Amino acid sequence: MRGIRLNLLLVLMGASLQVQAEQLTVAVASNFTAPMREIAGAFEGETDHRVRLVFGSSGKFYAQIRHGAPFEAFFSADRAKPEALEQAGLAVPGSRFTYAAGGLALWSGDGNLVRGGPGALERGDFNKLALANPRLAPYGAAAVQVLRKLGLEEGTRPHWVQGENIAQAYQFVASGNADLGFVALSQVSEGGHIDSGSAWEVPEDLHDPIRQDAVLLKRGVDSAAARALLRFVRSERAAAIIESYGYR
Amino acid sequence: MGFSDTDWTAIWLTLRLASTVTVLLLLIGTPIAWWLAKSRSRWKGPVGALVAMPLVLPPSVLGFYLLLAMGPGGPIGQLTQALGLGILSFTFWGLVIASLFYSLPFVVQPIQNAIEALGERPLEVAATLRAGPWDRFFTVVVPQARPGFISAAILGFAHTVGEFGVILMIGGNIPGETRVVSVQIYDYVEMLEYDRAHWLAGAMLLFSFAVLLGLYLFRQRRSRAGIGVGA
Repeated sequence: MRGIRLNLLLVLMGASLQVQAEQLTVAVASNFTAPMREIAGAFEGETDHRVRLVFGSSGKFYAQIRHGAPFEAFFSADRAKPEALEQAGLAVPGSRFTYAAGGLALWSGDGNLVRGGPGALERGDFNKLALANPRLAPYGAAAVQVLRKLGLEEGTRPHWVQGENIAQAYQFVASGNADLGFVALSQVSEGGHIDSGSAWEVPEDLHDPIRQDAVLLKRGVDSAAARALLRFVRSERAAAIIESYGYR
Repeated sequence: MGFSDTDWTAIWLTLRLASTVTVLLLLIGTPIAWWLAKSRSRWKGPVGALVAMPLVLPPSVLGFYLLLAMGPGGPIGQLTQALGLGILSFTFWGLVIASLFYSLPFVVQPIQNAIEALGERPLEVAATLRAGPWDRFFTVVVPQARPGFISAAILGFAHTVGEFGVILMIGGNIPGETRVVSVQIYDYVEMLEYDRAHWLAGAMLLFSFAVLLGLYLFRQRRSRAGIGVGA
């Protein structure tokens, strides 16, 4: 009798855990928009939780989180901001992890300009070289490292135009205002191929890894759904989605 | 802490941009304002609406279209290339062109209002005294509508100083060329250097308040003086 009662209790508890669906609000760096939508969709399919995604610049999210923004988790475009939040006591210690590593591409809208190498940069036959602001964006900092390794930093500097983020660097090239630029591989590759213009996939050894970290925020410390989402992002299913968007 | 060297570069650039734009806008805006004030054409409505559009359009829309228009395939880009000027995006003069659109209503509307308030009478009187059109404009319209011109210049200047979204879209953040104060502040905030941001942002706040206060005091004095003369 006692055993049955205990079993019943456990079943009921399990059931109540099952129906405890939560609504999450998650801040996500805008460069990760497309994969995150797909990941959240898959996560919602596997659980009863609902995820509300907010996309924007990591710097602004950082400022907003410091001032009480209602996010349970934060997917930053870099490693520094989740770390700073943890130090400020606004994120759950030990919850930080790298969810994606970005690849860099030198890309031109012109199908002949970038022929799978940095030749166009060496020859200097371009008007402007677009890159993300190296002081703000990890992709920009990586682009400068590549130029430095190639010994082209000073030579190309007068031609730099800086986007506030990697999306803007892409925009400068896509609109033809800059002949070429360093963009995220995820922006120009589809299913492993460059989808327009010409590009050089920059080898990984020319720059530090562009790691993007996620962190559980203080607000989500008691949320089973937030923890489940962060776990799901590390699953094989999510990894396949992330890779399909050109992240490494 | 105070301002750093790059801050001063940005401040100087911003003042240079705003002054250039203000002078050009007074030259371009005055005939437009005149036409809008005097014309009975059926195009008056559409032209007035076009001029006022930057008041309601988000800078991101204006910046986005300007980026496309100034690019090699866009109408402005093709014109500047044909004139041998190359592509103007990411240059000081590109910002000037963008700001001309952006600040146009702030210059045209005060001048237009002043000319409308002037009415036909003074011009008719001047005409009977055989003053030619140019003579009438410079000896009657300009002095009588002077408060309108001064308001226009102040607003055009201040609005250009406060420009951000459009410049962010077409500027490319080049020191001394397109990195104006508002962009510099944005960079500081994004870099989490809030102290440096405070210095520049505080200066902007004081500047805008001082300019607007000056404008209101000027208008108040004018209206009091105006009543005095009228009586």
